[in-house]
Amino acid sequence: MATDRAITVLRSGPLTVITDLGRPGQAHIGVPRSGALDRDALRLANRLVGNPDGYAGLEVLLGGLELRAESNCTVAVTGPPVPAWRHGGGAERRAVGSHQVVYLRAGEHLELGVLDAGLRSYLACSGGLDVPEELGSRSTDLLSGLGPAKVSDGDRLALGAVGDAPADASPVPASVPPALVTVPVLLGPRDDWFVDPAGALRGRVWTVGPASNRIGLRLAGEPLERAAEWDGQELPSEPVRPGAVQVPPSGQPVVFLADAPTTGGYPVVGVVPESALGALAQARPGTKVRLSPR
Amino acid sequence: MSRAVRLLRYGASGLLIELPSSAGVAAAYRTLRAAAADGRLPGIVELVPAARTVLVEAAAGARAPVDLVRGLISEDPAGQPGEGADPDSGARPTEVVIPVHYDGADLELVARTAELSVVEVIELHSSAEYTVAFCGFSPGFGYLIGLPEPLRQARLADSRPSVPAGSVGLGGEFTGVYPRSSPGGWRLLGHTDEVMFDPAANPPAKLAPGDRVRFKPVD
Repeated sequence: MATDRAITVLRSGPLTVITDLGRPGQAHIGVPRSGALDRDALRLANRLVGNPDGYAGLEVLLGGLELRAESNCTVAVTGPPVPAWRHGGGAERRAVGSHQVVYLRAGEHLELGVLDAGLRSYLACSGGLDVPEELGSRSTDLLSGLGPAKVSDGDRLALGAVGDAPADASPVPASVPPALVTVPVLLGPRDDWFVDPAGALRGRVWTVGPASNRIGLRLAGEPLERAAEWDGQELPSEPVRPGAVQVPPSGQPVVFLADAPTTGGYPVVGVVPESALGALAQARPGTKVRLSPR
Repeated sequence: MSRAVRLLRYGASGLLIELPSSAGVAAAYRTLRAAAADGRLPGIVELVPAARTVLVEAAAGARAPVDLVRGLISEDPAGQPGEGADPDSGARPTEVVIPVHYDGADLELVARTAELSVVEVIELHSSAEYTVAFCGFSPGFGYLIGLPEPLRQARLADSRPSVPAGSVGLGGEFTGVYPRSSPGGWRLLGHTDEVMFDPAANPPAKLAPGDRVRFKPVD
């Protein structure tokens, strides 16, 4: 699949990682799923440029990315709406926007502005990023040290061969991440460790904490209270999955995301379904979150 | 926890099987692995054992695999006391020998706590046969059960910010090897030169749940 197609990342912004749909099926040897936090956004970016859903692209935190196409390529940016420009490296810039196909000729640049809302943009290139796989994935896993290192300024990233599917020329709608995110949480497996878990969750609005990252979303608010029979008890290590809402003794929940470890030692009160995790991936610190019990 | 096997919801597509003992976990995991290998667990993407539970997860969007699991794991503790699955099912376990230099920073602390000599601690640790109960914490980190009673010791009061790769330690009912440098609170007995996790190798992890493990002292 080696080609001479490539992009060079000139500015990587606060944090840019290579990402795909991760490393499923290996949790029993301690390998986290990892992969894109907002999986639907990555899939959409890939579809726009004619790639299969699971091709590797870039996950860009807060914007600010600039890249140069080293060969002709088609790119698309998804996630929250973000300003984007195409230019030849000089002063003249042309606004191209996100959520649509952008054709770059060799030597042209694509530049992303700063996100007004949300956290993570996804950039797909026709042919996908052709970096070496590790354990079946090209995703950077910062917790476990698997996959490529985070992207640095000046990195040249090879692209794979372009497939047969045409790029999708029509722009798709982008939705602005809301200031209050409501996601369902399916109670269990350890909801019985807490006092009236459904009632407590229904009544609370949490605030996303600043220590949140690709491992988990840290929520702050009125603590969840442990039932008296479990107070002070320790739970033997249990499997944890992306979406698990783990509650340490502080009562402040952590919603695990893609890079979470595969086991944990605190009770999981409920699990946010896969389809709602993208919304949480876009919840920046300060965002209000409601966990709606089911 | 009760003697019974419990099936607990884990999200829309997952199921957590709670078992009465680590032996029950090992047996249930063997049964489920064997079933998956035979194609009897269609659509299952993860089978993850831990200390007292096994997670069975179906592909996103699929229903939780309750019916599949009910057909394989008995919920009736009277039927298979304390086990919940046929202990003889599945393939024979892999046996792994790990050479260890017993030169760890906490060897004397472990000896003092156990009221044994250092030589006796080494003898005890390296003469037992262990089983990988589960993996977690970091890729390839196996939690080994079978630790002789005197060596079941509390974790350090303060974790070390960095434990070197290959360190062999113990904490609570478990012993194991740190596959890579990481923070850690286990008492360190020594180190091995074996590579415990190599993403380019097949299999990448030297230890998988159910494997039998021995430690062999080397100079």
